[in-house]
Amino acid sequence: MNQETTDTKQPERVPIMQRIIDNPFLLLFIGVVVPTVFYVVWGIMELVTIPLAN
Amino acid sequence: MKTELFRTCPESGLQFHKPAENLMRIHAVLAVVMLLIGGLSALAVTLTRWPAVHLLPADKFYQLLTFHGVNMLIFWIIFFEIAVLYFCSSTLLKVRLATPRIAWIGFFLMVAGAVVNNLAVFGGNASVMMTSYVPMPANPNFYLGLILFAVGALIGCFVFLGTLVIAKEEKTYEGSIPLVTFGALTACIIAIFTIAMGAVILIPTYMWSMGWISHIDAAMYRLIWWAFGHSSQQINVAAHVSVWYAIAAIVFGAKPLSEKVSRTAFVLYIAFLQLASAHHLLVDPGLSSTWKIFNTSYAMYLAVLASMIHGLTVPGSIEVAQRSKGYTKGLFEWLRKAPWGNPVFSGMFISLIGFGFLGGISGVVMGTEQINIIIHNTIYVPGHFHATVVIGTTLAFMSLTYFLIPVLFRRQVFLPGLAKWQPYIFGISMMVFTLVMMGAGTLGVERRHWDMAFTDAALGFDYPASAYTLMGLVGLSGTAAIVGGAIFVLITVVSVFFGKRVESESNYGTATTRLLKAEPTITPAGGHEAAGKFGFAAPGTFAMAIFFLAVFVVYYAVNWKYLASVWPMS
Ligand code: HEM
Ligand SMILES: [Cu+2]
Repeated sequence: MNQETTDTKQPERVPIMQRIIDNPFLLLFIGVVVPTVFYVVWGIMELVTIPLAN
Repeated sequence: MKTELFRTCPESGLQFHKPAENLMRIHAVLAVVMLLIGGLSALAVTLTRWPAVHLLPADKFYQLLTFHGVNMLIFWIIFFEIAVLYFCSSTLLKVRLATPRIAWIGFFLMVAGAVVNNLAVFGGNASVMMTSYVPMPANPNFYLGLILFAVGALIGCFVFLGTLVIAKEEKTYEGSIPLVTFGALTACIIAIFTIAMGAVILIPTYMWSMGWISHIDAAMYRLIWWAFGHSSQQINVAAHVSVWYAIAAIVFGAKPLSEKVSRTAFVLYIAFLQLASAHHLLVDPGLSSTWKIFNTSYAMYLAVLASMIHGLTVPGSIEVAQRSKGYTKGLFEWLRKAPWGNPVFSGMFISLIGFGFLGGISGVVMGTEQINIIIHNTIYVPGHFHATVVIGTTLAFMSLTYFLIPVLFRRQVFLPGLAKWQPYIFGISMMVFTLVMMGAGTLGVERRHWDMAFTDAALGFDYPASAYTLMGLVGLSGTAAIVGGAIFVLITVVSVFFGKRVESESNYGTATTRLLKAEPTITPAGGHEAAGKFGFAAPGTFAMAIFFLAVFVVYYAVNWKYLASVWPMS
């Protein structure tokens, strides 16, 4: 079989960025994890490492 | 394939799923009820901050300020946003709404939450303002109401996501979801993070107010509360930007200049917008400058970049659509010949300009650690956020409402002549209001302060006369804005409940959920460039953007200069 004809029959390959953008649950994951790590977890680490007054 | 009750609106071509339509209507109606009571309290608060009037005694001022903040910022906006989510999923994707029954449970939880919270504030022992910082205790029902409301809103978010899943399974759209729906998805994602943070902080605070927990650390409270409080404002930004795109498409048939760029800008929102929560903690001890500057100056600018992209592509797409209709003279014929008498358009455009110039520029200044100190906790802050949530979000939602009255409620707009003027009355007086607030704040007038004269205070302070003049103007322009808001409430309530029905037929039929798209499309002959000028597809918008940047740079520089004078180093 000719390689070219099988290729054209396959559905168009969707670019990776578009696949990310088209996946709502992946976006939800990003939208929760990024602020949780940089704002919440990092912030909590700083607050809990404040030395206690004697 | 399932068959469900649908109707197609003859004017707009939009298709409404009956259960979704009922839910949108009830959420929009409740939103306006909240706006009404929030507006009444705005009057009381504004008249108190007007030095010559100074209406309320101190305790009533803080009670009504709490009432105003919560009803406006949380209840009005989120009720409306849930309606927007259902519209952007079910209606725009032409699909049945997922689990309408569960959506109703969410609605009733929201109503119950709003009632419980408001009753607590009315009782008089919950005047803690919307931030409810510990260790200042409120009646436990204050927190309980917010928790119930948040759970209800979370249910709405999941109904939205479920509807996206159904649309994908039933293939009611091809390729990617429409941009407006994508913007709504962005709002929904930010809302899920926001509500999770709200639960993390409000549930323990509720337990503390009940006496089940002995102590909540004040710094920790502020950190988590602002992950909730700031992010919730970003839901609004994502939602009103989606509304801008929707209105540009509705009024002009405009298509985004580049879907890819606009979508990427929304992804920047998803990843970075919430990090800017740190700007509320810029003067908090305990958090390092590295943390503060990373979250505000670095991450926030990526989100600001996204807003500037939207602020450019929305008018740009309108310009391209107008130019392809033949409005090609000079830089601005497309704008001059826009339908300024149509409140759907005028409201949206004032919202865009006000949000960008007043809210955007002041927001960047406030988010910069060093110059933030000039205005921290002054009335500049409410000046900034009335530009974002009132001119930006509220006015955008008002203009969408003018579109929804005939399309969703099937009624004619009551007093259309007055409706024409309403966005101007509300928008322009609100612009003055925010500007004079920022002016007074730059002179040091505090926010949330009952008496700027410090009568009877042990340590007084004398503000310059100009600060009093500016606060007088706050009172005047605020009252004018309230008149504009009252006109909106009057028009919507009368139209929806007593208005004349729209003549054309729009009956329900059982339709398959797979229907053709009805969006108008306009492609200028010869591509976008053909209708443009000077090698730009949208030269007028480009000129406006350059003007915006110039104002931005000048104002930013002035603030650094001012910092040097309030904080002399020698
Ligand atoms: C005609 C419209 C409005 C007027 C005249 C008005 C006026 C005011 C005034 C005078 C304050 C008190 C500032 C201070 O002393 O610190 C205030 C606070 C506030 N307003 Fe408005 N407002 C209006 C509409 C809105 C809307 C539509 C929203 C939200 C969508 C909103 C959200 C808030 C919030 C969150 C606060 C801060 C409350 C606090 O400090 O706890 N306002 N408003
Ligand atoms: Cu904020």
